[in-house]
Amino acid sequence: MERKIIEVKNAIKIYKSGDEEFRALNYVSLTVYEGEFVAIMGASGSGKSTFMNMLGCLDKPNSGSYFLDGVDVLHKDQNELAKIRSKKMGFVFQGFNLISRTSAIDNVCLPMIYSGIDEPLRIKKAKEALRIVGLSGRENHMPNQISGGQQQRVAIARAIVNDPPLILADEPTGNLDTKTSIEVMNFFVSLNEKMGKTIVLVTHEPDIAEFCKRVVTFKDGNIISDTIKKKR
Amino acid sequence: MDIKSTLKMSLVSLKINKMRSILTSLGVIIGVSSVIIMLAVGEGASQKIAKDMESMGSNLLMIHSAAATSGGVRMGRGTKPTLTLKDAEAIEKECTGVLGVSPTSKETQQLTYGNQNWSTSVTGTNGAYIYIRDWEILYGRNFYKEELKNSSKVAIIGNTVANELFGDVNPVNKTFRIGNVPFKIIGLLKPKGQNGMGQDEDDTVFIPILTAQKKVFGSDFPGTVNMIMVKATSDDVLNDVEQQINEILRRRHRIGTNGLDDFEVRNLAQMQETIKSSARTMSILLGAIASVSLMVGGIGIMNIMLVSVTERTKEIGIRMAIGATTFDIRMQFLIESLLLSLFGGLIGIIIGILGALLIKALTGTSIYITCFSILISIGFSAFIGITFGFYPAWRASLLNPIEALRYE
Ligand SMILES: Nc1ncnc2c1ncn2[C@@H]1O[C@H](COP(=O)(O)OP(=O)(O)OP(=O)(O)O)[C@@H](O)[C@H]1O
Ligand SMILES: [Mg+2]
Repeated sequence: MERKIIEVKNAIKIYKSGDEEFRALNYVSLTVYEGEFVAIMGASGSGKSTFMNMLGCLDKPNSGSYFLDGVDVLHKDQNELAKIRSKKMGFVFQGFNLISRTSAIDNVCLPMIYSGIDEPLRIKKAKEALRIVGLSGRENHMPNQISGGQQQRVAIARAIVNDPPLILADEPTGNLDTKTSIEVMNFFVSLNEKMGKTIVLVTHEPDIAEFCKRVVTFKDGNIISDTIKKKR
Repeated sequence: MDIKSTLKMSLVSLKINKMRSILTSLGVIIGVSSVIIMLAVGEGASQKIAKDMESMGSNLLMIHSAAATSGGVRMGRGTKPTLTLKDAEAIEKECTGVLGVSPTSKETQQLTYGNQNWSTSVTGTNGAYIYIRDWEILYGRNFYKEELKNSSKVAIIGNTVANELFGDVNPVNKTFRIGNVPFKIIGLLKPKGQNGMGQDEDDTVFIPILTAQKKVFGSDFPGTVNMIMVKATSDDVLNDVEQQINEILRRRHRIGTNGLDDFEVRNLAQMQETIKSSARTMSILLGAIASVSLMVGGIGIMNIMLVSVTERTKEIGIRMAIGATTFDIRMQFLIESLLLSLFGGLIGIIIGILGALLIKALTGTSIYITCFSILISIGFSAFIGITFGFYPAWRASLLNPIEALRYE
């Protein structure tokens, strides 16, 4: 039996703005097994980020269920969720989302500070993660001193540094040119294939989705197609 | 999350906004320096009183002649001598609760021994003076009764006089001159050092009062004395003794019920009370400044921390998304405000000490800075930082991670 990393059933998310209600997720169900590399596609406003935030335990659906690695995360409190986030997943956000005026290495160290790793080991692991993403020698640069692609790679280093089984990436190539996008995607592929990470990645571009093994398409809060292109 | 990493992170955020951090601490700086000065002044006053007690002796009443009026101009206290040796004897005989009475007259005289000479104040008095003023005799002895009665030419000298005239030689039994009159030294006093006013207590010579009146001081008013000192048996009877003295002297000086006293009784305890109360007034004033500025400082810290929480909403969102618990976030902001206020406290302590020294230099007020006052100040600033930092930290920790991440 394959291990289910993500198991979402009938998730509904309703946003209220004033009197109007908007259903951003409409009975969404998705199961992701260990070792999968899933692309989530869909038009702008189709609910991709809403879904990702739910997967990342940052937001809860109004109804439905969500088991993360067998744990019912919808019935956990904020502090338990913080622990789960720091152990089970790495997050690469839409946009770069590094902490400004904080060096690359300090940004990468943050998740380890919160998961309670001692300073010497922390620095060693952060350097290693930055080396993996090809940023050795840039450890002490501030976010505003490096390029967009490099910032995104710092964010990826930060996502993998705690060695989580699941990586969630919301449009990691959204602000990058084609060449850098391909570099970043090749990197995700090696994370998936060599390090066995389960990856769920949001993208607009079919070219980017080509790198993934499975493509899930959203439209108006529904999953309208789910294609497995390549076996795990 | 460990404290060291939190501390480091907080220090980094504070350093990013250096000027703002310093300005924010200003309230605490002013508050803490006022606390330091307040306690230094208060402690200085009580130290001064303790020192006065030590040099003057305790439970003392001092009787002076009332100020004379000469052509409408009031002269200094004791200028119209109305007190006599007989008054002193009457007080000793009639008053209850009195340990000793000592009439004194003082004059500055030239002292000579061999080719050394020295000018100092010579006090004519009796044997009780030694214990009334809490002196001790280091070498030699006090006056004998006969010496007092027969106006013998004997003297007890202080340490400074001994050093100036005799150097290292023991002066007891040596003979020196006060003015032109030869005196035999019978006692050397144990040194007391400076008194509360900074005068050298040891620069003094005691001789029998009759000798002083008859042979040394060219008195215009024979038989009168400058002052009578009375030592009561205890603090409690001081007011009662003062009452008795008033009655005795009014009767002896034939002052009617409506007549003005021609003497004045001063209570050392009352004088000290005056010093204490003026120090208290100053302390209350400084205390008010301190509490207002600590309050304002605290509100300033709270304000800046709230601004900081808003400014860094996105940062807080990121931290939460990558595993910070609400406790971690709360700690980070609490430690930031604690650091702000402790920084203010530290600067405040330095400024307070400098300010206290300045006050001492400018006004001569006694100042005493204690370890306790520094600890209190550190405690105060930590308290302010935690109290006023709590609300912003709490606000930060309640942010919804999604909304925080969306914040621009
Ligand atoms: N906090 C919110 N309040 C109200 N409506 C919201 C909120 N967040 C998202 N929405 C709405 O929900 C819908 C889905 O938003 P979502 O961010 O998931 O889109 P997306 O698929 O990620 O789009 P994009 O590709 O542009 O990032 C949108 O129509 C959006 O307006
Ligand atoms: Mg989106």
